[in-house]
Amino acid sequence: MSLEVNDLSIARGGVRVLEGVSFTLAPGRALVLRGPNGIGKTTLLRTVAGLQPPVSGTVEAEAESLVYAGHSDGIKATLSVAENLNFWAQVFGRKDISPALKAFDLAPLANRAAGMLSAGQKRRLGLARLLVTGRPVWVLDEPTVSLDREAVAMFAQVVGAHLAAGGSALLATHIELGLEGAETLELAPYRARAAEVDDFDEAFL
Amino acid sequence: MIALLLRDLRLAMRAGGGFGLGLAFFLIVVTLVPFGVGPQGGLLATIAPGILWLGALLACLLSLDRILALDWEDGSLDLLATAPLPMEAVVSVKALAHWLTTGLPLVLATPVFGLLLSLPSKGYAPLLLSLLLGTPALSVIGTFGAALTVGLKRGGLLLSLLVLPLYVPTLIFGAEMARRGVDGLDYSTPLLMVAGITCGTIALLPFASAAVLRVNLR
Repeated sequence: MSLEVNDLSIARGGVRVLEGVSFTLAPGRALVLRGPNGIGKTTLLRTVAGLQPPVSGTVEAEAESLVYAGHSDGIKATLSVAENLNFWAQVFGRKDISPALKAFDLAPLANRAAGMLSAGQKRRLGLARLLVTGRPVWVLDEPTVSLDREAVAMFAQVVGAHLAAGGSALLATHIELGLEGAETLELAPYRARAAEVDDFDEAFL
Repeated sequence: MIALLLRDLRLAMRAGGGFGLGLAFFLIVVTLVPFGVGPQGGLLATIAPGILWLGALLACLLSLDRILALDWEDGSLDLLATAPLPMEAVVSVKALAHWLTTGLPLVLATPVFGLLLSLPSKGYAPLLLSLLLGTPALSVIGTFGAALTVGLKRGGLLLSLLVLPLYVPTLIFGAEMARRGVDGLDYSTPLLMVAGITCGTIALLPFASAAVLRVNLR
């Protein structure tokens, strides 16, 4: 169930940003990616999630084990909180959304239209989606944006419980979550030296 | 897949979902044409099949950029791409939801609108049949266009330009079928052509749409 990344090079908009990134993420562990803005944290996470192909190197993970949460939460404003979560639960072939509602304190808001939520509540709804998917490896891009201190603690607790249950998490965040079994990977040493990508179609994307 | 279909239908019905948009546009076209052409029943009856087909096609075009753009904006498309659904299924369901919310209501409203254009009574059956067979192709081709332009700001114009030539065969054979029906001629050849175009697009285009969408999501 572990996630293995070998000698990965990635590009964004035709410019190579990171090269030679390797790490292994074992069950029960979390890996926090650090680095200045623009170094390629989001691109790395999108590559790991399979949304874009790497320039070279490999990402090895068990099929159907990853779930990705990006900058936007994928929430439909005109659906209620429960309808949003139910939809994702059904897409991932699961039914019960009440643990997710409870973990992020969304039960009182369950019947409210998601468009009426505050930014922090929307983020909590986006993170609650991770729980309804039931996938073991979480790939999270800046999960704590617009969360207040209590919600960050709530999130750290959920991630902690997920790790304790044998899951793992790959996060890009600047906030110290105080997770047990968390390692930090500084991305600055992997910054790509040769900026050009000679892949033909990349020039047009 | 069913969950995605139900979600899309529910979103279309809710406020701002644009369910009535195509229908209202169709109504506007059909009510304004008699004013523009003048009160000549014979002339109206002659051009009615073409006008109804053109109205249906433009009404369909109007809502195309909503198929994928909204999901792109709020990030659902990224999440759907990493979900256990294959991309081909996602685009097929999206096309089906578009047809159910745009194409099917247009087909059902056509008898009423045919009355407004004094369509001869023997023309109703072939016209309805041609629209029923032809509009799914419009939705599937439109989804392909929407997948091509999904990341672009104000991609609607480009989408229309890309999709319009692909709509021409459906329009030609659909309107021809309806016209022959009105004139009391045999319309089995255009019927087979329309059905063939629809079946072909449903079978092939989801793969193209999914491939294009994967490239666009990079």
